[in-house]
Amino acid sequence: MHAEEKLTYESWPAEPERSTLEAKNKFTGFWLFLGGETVLFSSLFATYLALKDKVPDSSMPLAKDLFELPLTFVATMLLLTSSLTSVYAIYQMKNFNFKKMMLWFGITALLGAAFLGSEVYEFTNYVHEGHKFTSSAFGSAFYTLVGFHGGHVAFGLMWCLTLMIRNAKRGLNLYNAPKFYVFSLYWHFIDVVWVFIFSVVYLMGMVG
Amino acid sequence: MKRLAKWRLISFLAILTLVLSGCGEPYLSALKPAGEVADTQYDLMKLSTFIMVGVILVVVIIFVTVFFRFRRKDDTIPKQVEGSHKLEIIWTVIPILLLLILAVPTVAATFKLANVDQMDKKNSKALVINVRSHLYWWDFEYPNQKIVTSQELVVPTDEKVYFNLKSLDVKHSFWIPAVGGKMDTNTDNENKFWLEFDSKRANDAGGLFYGKCAELCGPSHALMDFKVKALSRDDFDSWVKSMKDVKKPQKAQTDLAAEGQEIFNNSCIGCHAVTPSNQMPDTARMAPNLTNFGDRSRVAGVLDHNKEDLKNWIRDPEKYKPGNMMTNKYPKMSEDQLDALAEYLMGLKVQQ
Amino acid sequence: MSTYAQKKGFGATVWDFLTTVDHKKIAILYLLAGGLFFLVGGLEAVFIRIQLAVPNNDFVSAGAFNEIITMHGTTMIFLAAMPILFGFMNAVMPLQIGARDVAFPFLNALGFWLFFFGGVFLNLSWFMGGAPDAGWTSYASLAIHSKGHGIDFYVLGLQISGLGTLIGGINFLVTIINMRAPGMTYMRMPLFTWTTFVASALILFAFPPLTVGLVLMMFDRMFGSNFFVVANGGNTVIWEHLFWIFGHPEVYILVLPAFGIFSEIFSTFSRKRLFGYSSMVFATVLIGFLGFMVWAHHMFTTGLGPVANAIFAVATMAIGVPTGIKIFNWLFTMWGGSVKFTAPMHWAFAFIPSFIMGGVTGVMLAAAAADYQYHDTYFVVAHFHYVIVGGVVFSIFAGVQYWWPKIFGTMLNETLGKLTFWLFFIGFHMTFFIQHFLGLWGMPRRVFTYLPGQGFDTANMISSIGALFMSLGVIVLLINVVVTSVKNVKVGDDPWGDGRTLEWAIPSPPPFYNFKQLPLVRGLDAFWIEKMEGKKGMTPAEPLGDIHMPNASFLPFVIAFGLFIAAFGALYNGEHSWAIPVIVIGLLVTFGSMLVRSVKDDHGFHIHKEELMDDNDKGVKA
Repeated sequence: MHAEEKLTYESWPAEPERSTLEAKNKFTGFWLFLGGETVLFSSLFATYLALKDKVPDSSMPLAKDLFELPLTFVATMLLLTSSLTSVYAIYQMKNFNFKKMMLWFGITALLGAAFLGSEVYEFTNYVHEGHKFTSSAFGSAFYTLVGFHGGHVAFGLMWCLTLMIRNAKRGLNLYNAPKFYVFSLYWHFIDVVWVFIFSVVYLMGMVG
Repeated sequence: MKRLAKWRLISFLAILTLVLSGCGEPYLSALKPAGEVADTQYDLMKLSTFIMVGVILVVVIIFVTVFFRFRRKDDTIPKQVEGSHKLEIIWTVIPILLLLILAVPTVAATFKLANVDQMDKKNSKALVINVRSHLYWWDFEYPNQKIVTSQELVVPTDEKVYFNLKSLDVKHSFWIPAVGGKMDTNTDNENKFWLEFDSKRANDAGGLFYGKCAELCGPSHALMDFKVKALSRDDFDSWVKSMKDVKKPQKAQTDLAAEGQEIFNNSCIGCHAVTPSNQMPDTARMAPNLTNFGDRSRVAGVLDHNKEDLKNWIRDPEKYKPGNMMTNKYPKMSEDQLDALAEYLMGLKVQQ
Repeated sequence: MSTYAQKKGFGATVWDFLTTVDHKKIAILYLLAGGLFFLVGGLEAVFIRIQLAVPNNDFVSAGAFNEIITMHGTTMIFLAAMPILFGFMNAVMPLQIGARDVAFPFLNALGFWLFFFGGVFLNLSWFMGGAPDAGWTSYASLAIHSKGHGIDFYVLGLQISGLGTLIGGINFLVTIINMRAPGMTYMRMPLFTWTTFVASALILFAFPPLTVGLVLMMFDRMFGSNFFVVANGGNTVIWEHLFWIFGHPEVYILVLPAFGIFSEIFSTFSRKRLFGYSSMVFATVLIGFLGFMVWAHHMFTTGLGPVANAIFAVATMAIGVPTGIKIFNWLFTMWGGSVKFTAPMHWAFAFIPSFIMGGVTGVMLAAAAADYQYHDTYFVVAHFHYVIVGGVVFSIFAGVQYWWPKIFGTMLNETLGKLTFWLFFIGFHMTFFIQHFLGLWGMPRRVFTYLPGQGFDTANMISSIGALFMSLGVIVLLINVVVTSVKNVKVGDDPWGDGRTLEWAIPSPPPFYNFKQLPLVRGLDAFWIEKMEGKKGMTPAEPLGDIHMPNASFLPFVIAFGLFIAAFGALYNGEHSWAIPVIVIGLLVTFGSMLVRSVKDDHGFHIHKEELMDDNDKGVKA
């Protein structure tokens, strides 16, 4: 099959993300890239665990003083739901239903933006409590780990919007379908990373 | 043939140097072990070398055979062999066995050298020394004896000496090659290990071992040497006693030295202490303790121990140890002042 | 595409290389840039040996010496050895698996330009206030303490070039997974392809920890964080772990492709298939795997405790086993063969005893308790130069001589090649053998000088004379390259006459689409099988048809250049008011061109069947 071919619902392949050589390469390559990303986040997690609660003087807030369940729980729900909506989007893509796919990706992007908003709000709160990037090793490690994730979300958001705007008037074809698919892989990945951040940083942090 | 001749010349030269320098200097070389730790390490070196030479021999025999027997002589195509399970199993299993032979004593030695239980025991008689490394000098504190000295470590022979190692600026590494080593002085935590100095072999080495910094620490890393005086237990005890007797700064013996002491008290004492019972915490000890400076064998760890070199050092430390922390911390000295200072410092002796 | 054969003006050629996405041209770029950095790193090595030739020397100052050793190590590892090997991978691997290009031609070019700009940035430090001076390992306490911008150049330069390497690694992996010719199963892949595969996997998993380490260091030095500031709760040992989790696999990233090159050469010039091919593949994978389990053996003296030290000691020794398997397999490839000692074979043959030396000292170093004596001495310097020079650099010389005709269509002079070999080989052993003893006699590494009277003098002089021989060898190679290029005698598809793998079944240099028709692979050493059956070339696996090729693009250059600009901003952050704007502009250039790449469709182009037929006719006439 060719990337430029005009396709219909009937001729749309079962796995549009892998039906040209370029798409197959993109698919394999992106999975491998996520493997590398996993190691990247593992290193950040290890650094965070080593530096957790390492502050120069006892007046500074520690993990158990800082984190609050309600806010992070809301953020977690936002991101988990966005992962689910991106699954719907891909489902619609496989069904060759461009409009519904765009709708679900739009919802995904909105949820992602809401998550980012809650994170910014959370960070501002911490800074007010004296937990800053430059104030202690704990602060540096916390903002680097969670911030790296936030940066990934922001990048994903831009990516999603670019894809949607660029393809708004084109409908689905075998050139852009793999792009949407790979984006959804990325989105799931940052969701999984968040699950680990939620458990390792927040839940374990609150336990002490 | 020419190639062969060249080869011979080079290998001859190489062997000649080895013979000439043998195993290195007794006060410095890891190949002249002078204590239990270095002995253990030397034994491991020998064991691994023997095993490895064996491996090399086998390879070389096959290698040389291939070189002579299987050169291309005609255009025939050799048989395309896929492999041989028997051979492959042999050269998998035998190395595993060889490595096991090496692994067992390695693990045993690793645990033995890390055993510092005596340090933590209550009422332990073991000698403990706190080593604090700085850019580019060494501070030695004897917490139980309550004395501090610098640059020259003094230890008793024939018993285990325990060390607490830490760095107060950047990472260094504490190494006395002939006696064993080495252990990093981290900035984050205190490392512990022990050494033992053998009396007989210490004598062979002239009673003075060379110590080195083994971790790149800045421009003068190469010059961060220290010395180790190994004394019998009795001599060590008397050294400790005479150190402890210096309760307040020693009186200068001559007029010139008295002049020097005044200069010292004006310009140097802010960083350099001249009493051994230093009450300050390690972080506040900014520069080498000079209580027994006159007894030492080097100026600044690397220069000859005489007045001329001492004056050179004070005149321009940067020239002898680039990047040191002493430069520009004191006013410029005139030649007369330098003479007086040198006279005073060289007179700071605790042993007669 | 007859236009391709026409002579082009200089400007057009430069533009062609700036925008190329052809793996063979990118290979030439890698070889050129890597070769240039190799000369720079070599010059630094010569300075080191001049300074250490006699005690108390003042050829360079203490501070400058530390900059030179740091840049020597960093340059040789990141900017010379790895890129040159990447050059071979790009030039040869797609041909060996019967592919027309790599999986991501655009990313391939991007990887090169990132590496290139990272390397240039790093080396600009020499002219902008001083190079990094904390050693190539850049241990955190010293790196944080270091004044000036040297370490910042290190952090940013490696970050950029590391990104390029990571991209290259993913590209090779996908190429091998997805683009093998019909019949080219995994267990029929030439060993160089296999080692490229495993080395790329190591890159994928080893570079992210380095990236993180560099990010933390960058934040600490430029943005006020406290990862390594002990007073504020930081911990410098984290850097050591991150660095060595990357650093040890890095050794295998370098040496596995070297093993691959030698495997090709042994088998070719012995006219015999590789002995124990499957166990060679198995050993390669095993070495790659174990490579991640042993990083702490670089930290035996850090004080991790006897349990950790013992575990890492035994794990490290275990690597000796698969490496030994390889050595014996190579020996038995030659055993019973018909060995022709060409210039590449000289290197391969001499590699065995040289590398064995590095291997056995590696096992000695693995014995943790004894390593306390070796660690950070000249013994270690000797060990890793035996591995890296005796293994990797030998393989680079061998590979240059072996694949030069395939890449450039003309043979390097054999006599000069052998002269290079003898000079370099003698110089190498002279320089480094004696250093084992220097270390044991008590000489720490990274010392800018040593005092007389410690028994180091003669040995250091011998070592320095050896460096002279090595330099002469490199100079002869340069002369060889010039002489060969001037003469430019064209050669055929299989100039060595003993080629076994697919790259020797197509013209030298290959047409830009590599294979007119994808070949049908019927076993290991695909081309050899056909030759033995009396055929001239490969049997095609498809009818002659249109070939889809990617478009050239200038964007990779621009993306990398944007990061290069941003790096200057980060370097001067907090010092100059223009720092932040420069970061923003640089990132805008990078992300802007990524956006352009993203929204502009790029479907590539097709070479039509008719044009391919034209080429055929010409081939017949020539």
